[in-house]
Amino acid sequence: MTEKKWPETWQDTNPGLMIFKPGSSRSYLTGGWRAQKPIWDNTKCIKCGVCYLFCPEACITEDAEGFFMADLNYCKGCGICYHECWPRAIKMIED
Amino acid sequence: MSERIGMEIALAAAEAVALCRPDVIAAYPITPNTHIPEHLAEIVADGHLDCEYIAVESEHSALSACTGASAAGARVFTATSSQGLLYMYEIVPVVPSMRLPVIMCLGNRAISGPINIWNDHSDYMCVRDLGWISMFASNGQETVDMCIQAFKIGEHADVMLPVLVNLDGFQLTHVVEAMIMPNQEEVDKFLPPRKPFAALHPDNIVSMGTLGLPDIYNEAKKANDEALINSKKVILEIWKEWEKMFGRKYEPIMSYKANDADVIMLTMGSMGETAQVAIDELRKEGFKAGLLDLKLYRPFPADELKKAVKGCKNLIVIDRAVMSGGAAAPVCAEVKSVLYDEPDRPVITNDIIGLGGRDVRVEDFIKIFKKAAKAKPERAYEIYGVRG
Repeated sequence: MTEKKWPETWQDTNPGLMIFKPGSSRSYLTGGWRAQKPIWDNTKCIKCGVCYLFCPEACITEDAEGFFMADLNYCKGCGICYHECWPRAIKMIED
Repeated sequence: MSERIGMEIALAAAEAVALCRPDVIAAYPITPNTHIPEHLAEIVADGHLDCEYIAVESEHSALSACTGASAAGARVFTATSSQGLLYMYEIVPVVPSMRLPVIMCLGNRAISGPINIWNDHSDYMCVRDLGWISMFASNGQETVDMCIQAFKIGEHADVMLPVLVNLDGFQLTHVVEAMIMPNQEEVDKFLPPRKPFAALHPDNIVSMGTLGLPDIYNEAKKANDEALINSKKVILEIWKEWEKMFGRKYEPIMSYKANDADVIMLTMGSMGETAQVAIDELRKEGFKAGLLDLKLYRPFPADELKKAVKGCKNLIVIDRAVMSGGAAAPVCAEVKSVLYDEPDRPVITNDIIGLGGRDVRVEDFIKIFKKAAKAKPERAYEIYGVRG
């Protein structure tokens, strides 16, 4: 699930849980929240990038050939990419 | 020493805040606190105070703006009452959890409904458990003093918490009182510029108000609770410093003739001064009566309370809010909780008085006192003077 980066004790926490290291949300993996995951059928994909644009987690990336995939470390399985994909190239399956 | 001048207390509070040189003020007018931000707006508009005055569209925005400004390292102030406080409610617990000093005057007013603009403590009781240091002024002088103290307390490196200065709506906000206003030089000496623990700035990376899920929420809550409890030490130090500099003494619970008293009354806010007159009358009649005035409600001064009631037979807790369906009214429930483990605790009675601005008179306190000294009440709490 999540990569544990928390202080062990309450005494070790920074006041107000302030974080002084940049990019902390990148190290906080949230893929474990997911029930379903999106899979792409690249024979139907027209490489329009709608899934990439709509992903609220910004966890969909483009590969060298121009197809798309979700980074499952962050994908919460919301299904928005599936809903928006008008050529119906994306399916949600149980994770 | 500064001279005593007659002024409406809300205006004096604004003058006191201005002396603290706030960088940002964001507030929305609501009766009865309105004259505080209104007068501050005048002070800024007239060029007497170099301050960003944000005329926001709601209290929710007011406290949000203050939170952001405090995160950026500014000294900030806001004020509200009743429904305004409820409108900003969503942000109220966020401020202490981010450990940001924001100073707020609360002109205490009854919450709806029925709709009422007059004084009681029901607005404050909605936020008492959300992590703000909370003081109650019993007169104008205390309001002025607490406004200045609040900045020093909240911004202290060992505290870093927001502070609420409660002043009873109308009974204090709209009353003209002769007060000693500290001058700029004195306040500058007492209150240095804020040195924030961290401030939002492109050169210094910091994330504030971060996510805290089950793996850290417990620890975050514990750390916040400890911070609030530990703030008492700093509050006492700063009050000592204040007394040394300005000659006016502040304690979490101020005692009036309570040392040798058999029957003690405990009040909060402006009722204290009325109750003092009642205590004097009762003393003349031969009763060993005393008064405790609760100045610091959060962190709750449990040790001071235990000490203050030692030896008394009856304790009458006067509340100015109903804790609907609760075991007692809010202050009394807390007092009972603190005294439960004490071997010789007094008999505790609880009267709720002055709801929604119902007049609170000297003779009311005398009546309550005589009733409590006589017999144990049938009910855990009573709304004094309710018809029917």
